[in-house]
Amino acid sequence: MSTKQMLFSGFGGQGILFAGKFIAYKGLMEDKQVSWLPSYGPEMRGGTASCSVIVSDEPVGSPIVSNPDILIAMNLPSLDKFESTVVPGGMIFADSTLIERKVARDDVQVFYIPATQLASDNGTPTLANMIIVGKVLKEIGDYNEENITAALKKVISAKRADMLEINLGAMRIGAEN
Amino acid sequence: MADKVLMKGNEAIAEAAIHAGCRHYFGYPITPQTEIAAYMAKKMPKIGGTFLQAESEIAAINMVYGVASTGYRVMTSSSSPGIALKSEGLSYLAGSDLPALVVNVQRGGPGLGGIQPSQSDYFQATKAGGHGDFRMIVLAPASVQEMAELTVKGFELADTYRMTAMILADGTMGQMMEPVALDDLVVKPAPEKPWAITGTKMQRPHNIVNSLSLVPEELEQFNFARYERYRYIEENEVLYEEYMMDDAEICIAAFGIAARVSKNAINEARKQGIKVGMIRPITLWPFPKEVFRRAADKVNSFISVELSMGQMIEDVRLATECKKPVTLCNRAGGMIPSPEQVLEAIKKAAKGGEN
Repeated sequence: MSTKQMLFSGFGGQGILFAGKFIAYKGLMEDKQVSWLPSYGPEMRGGTASCSVIVSDEPVGSPIVSNPDILIAMNLPSLDKFESTVVPGGMIFADSTLIERKVARDDVQVFYIPATQLASDNGTPTLANMIIVGKVLKEIGDYNEENITAALKKVISAKRADMLEINLGAMRIGAEN
Repeated sequence: MADKVLMKGNEAIAEAAIHAGCRHYFGYPITPQTEIAAYMAKKMPKIGGTFLQAESEIAAINMVYGVASTGYRVMTSSSSPGIALKSEGLSYLAGSDLPALVVNVQRGGPGLGGIQPSQSDYFQATKAGGHGDFRMIVLAPASVQEMAELTVKGFELADTYRMTAMILADGTMGQMMEPVALDDLVVKPAPEKPWAITGTKMQRPHNIVNSLSLVPEELEQFNFARYERYRYIEENEVLYEEYMMDDAEICIAAFGIAARVSKNAINEARKQGIKVGMIRPITLWPFPKEVFRRAADKVNSFISVELSMGQMIEDVRLATECKKPVTLCNRAGGMIPSPEQVLEAIKKAAKGGEN
């Protein structure tokens, strides 16, 4: 390997950009080359949001992910839009609370996680994003709480240090489901 | 190694400007560069600087003119239609020989156009920044680290040559986050500015900053002197990067995000045995003519990869004196060429052989 091209997608407000930023920071702290590119403009104001994240051992060329190795789809419009773009042999992580249909392709690995439901049950309804991230890290064999904590410290401001444990907890739920 | 942080390109420009000693920012919000203004709004008051959201782009560039007259480092930023509004001010800055940094995070045009990335202000930046005979130094970053480094460089060049330096970026460069090492930025002290309006304290004659000159013989001399300086810059300040050019038979010309996309395509083409390389201009003015002229004796053909209908391609043709064919691989209006599209263009050029 070693380039992972990831696409995070969902509604604005689901923490799509934050989840991507966390993954990029985790890569940076593991001495990888990383890039993060959001969709921007009116899309960020309540519509669909997405971001491209690349984590690589090589310098990153284009930061645009058009054919992801890993797709995180947190709503139906995102799955509809990006399902066909995933590389054969790639992975799709879908929030099955909000996406009722199944993935149609049979040449990719698919993981259905009721992330929104799990987040709600956990009393942290805004952290479905981090539950999915926990699941992603588990499935790609990269779930390491030490590194996760180090990266969380970078994306959560010191003033909100209480959120660190809560985010870690959400990821743990994802990893265990 | 310095501690690296993830930053958006826009934020890196703002932070690097502060690093370079800029304490005066004037702007008016426009996507996709608003993070620069937002960053300045947050930081400037804390360090004794000025952030001012002007009533318009035109007002902002004239505020830049005012501060530049006093010798302080000053900047404004905008995106394509907003830069067009500043063109009168850019010409006045040139006519008054004032240093300033202007950032254009381009979006698709013409008109109000869209908000997605573009490189279609190449002509405007390198040839037609405003009326009259003048040039701006135009710097084209291709990474967030370069957004920071070229901002510092831009202030230095502007001071050295008493002219406007422009950062010509695009929506992708402005919005993307990459690791940046700001501690590595080296800032040279600003030169003395004996021409600046600082108050005479009754110790020296008045300095006058002005672009009006009604005696044509004099105005001609000002133009001659300015172009003398431009010639010196063309000889001494050219910046570019060569990528896999040693044995290249096809040469891609691309800057900014187009160069990033092209790198993917080049790496893939090399795996398929096609000898392709790239010259990436970092200064768009002065354009790296010499390296292209030399390449024209070695390669079979050139491909200009651009997010426009083909603007830099004219400079590539001029620099290579049309010795070898130059084709265009492009998208426009806010679309970005894919690595696959560039790879196809490379394969086509490879089949064309020596043409």
